[in-house]
Amino acid sequence: MAIAWRRDPDDALVEAKVRGRHVLFDFSAAPM
Amino acid sequence: MTENFIPVRIHIREQPEAWKRLGERYGVQWTPTVLVVDPLGVERHRIEGFIPADELVAQLMLGLGKSAFARQELGEAERWFREAVERFPDTDAAPEALYWAGVALYKKTNDPSALAHTAEAFTRQYRDSLWAKKASVWLKPETMRDARA
Repeated sequence: MAIAWRRDPDDALVEAKVRGRHVLFDFSAAPM
Repeated sequence: MTENFIPVRIHIREQPEAWKRLGERYGVQWTPTVLVVDPLGVERHRIEGFIPADELVAQLMLGLGKSAFARQELGEAERWFREAVERFPDTDAAPEALYWAGVALYKKTNDPSALAHTAEAFTRQYRDSLWAKKASVWLKPETMRDARA
């Protein structure tokens, strides 16, 4: 499953509210 | 299914400010932690620790079901829960989804048979799961006798 992860959580929360979508937060320590 | 989400990765070393701020907001204590957050910013589901891809997708369906459940969109909630069971029957998410599908149907219809049928389903599958134990209180007495046999 290829996911196009974004990096800006604040933008995502604003967009989610405007568009009625959910945010999937991945708190990660994996090598980038 | 992923089109339902805006996916955001917050890396502990590359984004320390965002990690600390969002981590404190949501009480994140371990990596990886994946959160399903609803459009109002409220956490609806949490996955801590690594899980395989099929398990993750099933867990995300569970999260969307729980979010719909919280909005009292009970038909939508049941659909997400049933889809998780049907598409990913071998995951750990499946018995939890089966349980909540029964609860969503019961709350939608106010018909106690929804709970009894769910409990009966647990006598045939996921019998050793925590969710089967939780659903066992919904069994009718005669079904309980059969389930023990």
